[in-house]
Amino acid sequence: MSKVHVTTSINGDSTEYLCDPRETLLDVLRDQLNLTGAKEGCGTGDCGACSVTMDDRLVCSCLVLGVEAEGKEIKTVEGIAEGETLHPLQRKFIEHAALQCGVCTPGILIAAKSLLEKNPDPTETEVRYWLAGNLCRCTGYDKIIRAVMDAAAEMREAA
Amino acid sequence: MKYLTPASFAEAASLARDASGVTRFLAGGTDVLVQMRADIVTPDTLIDIKHIDGVRDIIRGADGGWTIGVATPGAEMKEHAELGAEWPGVVEGMDLIGSTQVQGRATLTGNLCNASPAADSVPAMVAAGVEVTVSGPDGSRRVKAEDIPVAPGRTSLSKGELISAVHIPPRGDNGGDAYLRFIPRTEMDIAVVGCGVNLRLDGDVITEARVSLGAVAPTVLLVQACADTIIGSTLDEAALDRLAEAASAACNPITDKRGTVKFRTHVAGVLAQRTAKIAYGRAKGETK
Repeated sequence: MSKVHVTTSINGDSTEYLCDPRETLLDVLRDQLNLTGAKEGCGTGDCGACSVTMDDRLVCSCLVLGVEAEGKEIKTVEGIAEGETLHPLQRKFIEHAALQCGVCTPGILIAAKSLLEKNPDPTETEVRYWLAGNLCRCTGYDKIIRAVMDAAAEMREAA
Repeated sequence: MKYLTPASFAEAASLARDASGVTRFLAGGTDVLVQMRADIVTPDTLIDIKHIDGVRDIIRGADGGWTIGVATPGAEMKEHAELGAEWPGVVEGMDLIGSTQVQGRATLTGNLCNASPAADSVPAMVAAGVEVTVSGPDGSRRVKAEDIPVAPGRTSLSKGELISAVHIPPRGDNGGDAYLRFIPRTEMDIAVVGCGVNLRLDGDVITEARVSLGAVAPTVLLVQACADTIIGSTLDEAALDRLAEAASAACNPITDKRGTVKFRTHVAGVLAQRTAKIAYGRAKGETK
């Protein structure tokens, strides 16, 4: 099986890799690039734990092939913080204890960031619908929603 | 698995014609990749059509209709204000599929070609009178959306053929469409019954109607008998009763974990009434 050479951008860094055309972007991120923030929950696009953005569009990286990233801009949870400074969403998740086991958290952070970039002032209903594809089996969601709403409020004040 | 990225639909069609073994076209991949993962389908050749010019475009035609590129994800349709104002039913039907993440990739064309009887965008497209361009090794042809699926998971496309564009007709005056589905929760589920309605009015009177039903037969149904019950009416109580009766009569469902034959048959009638009311309000310009 011949591998395909892919040139892409990940969190702003130009990146190259060789991958089997059957490999998902999630596999490439985790196994080749050691970006293990995105998690594999279901592998079939139901749980959202593997969420990344591709050209600023929220997607499940388990439903994208590694070869499809050619020429695209991929952003993962590893690119959210600026150095040691956490993103407001990350700080608010800690403050509100919006995570327990943490497997869903990277996907939710990416999804919530994507929402706030499009809509800085979402209603609670809008947040809940936007995050409906991110499953969490620990928190019961309430703390997650509060953390996102609080981060959104802080980001609006800062803007 | 060979991964190919043709630059034109003609090239895609000839690649598919000449390929041996299992061939799949890749647009959004929200069905193809799931089937690969579950070992339901393992393509020998995967033809990614996203490198063809214009496949993500939403274009207004000279006649006022719309052409939707075959790799246009649902999220981009939802963000297109003009399209949503003219064809809210089509946009909402598409938007009901899956999560935000799935909407970032999933396409109308993929939903149609996956040929699920419960596909949410398909009844909306059928009611709207959507046609698609099918490109093949010997040229292209226009096909009505309702003629693409022929059985669960099977389409009328032959080897080497693929859909190269989706055409939504001009909205015109005094028209409105709607799509509703029944699911036992509020989000992220598969239709137990789906219904699409597209109407045109003259004053208060319905002059044109198309009514479609999903998840109540092996393919999405365009039900002329339903349309006939409301054409010429003002969607009064008597017309709504006849509509429900015709919708239930058109059902040929199965019993599965989502619903029984009896339940689906009843819900089809109720849903047809509710969907028609929304489409009527939109055609009158009273609601969005």
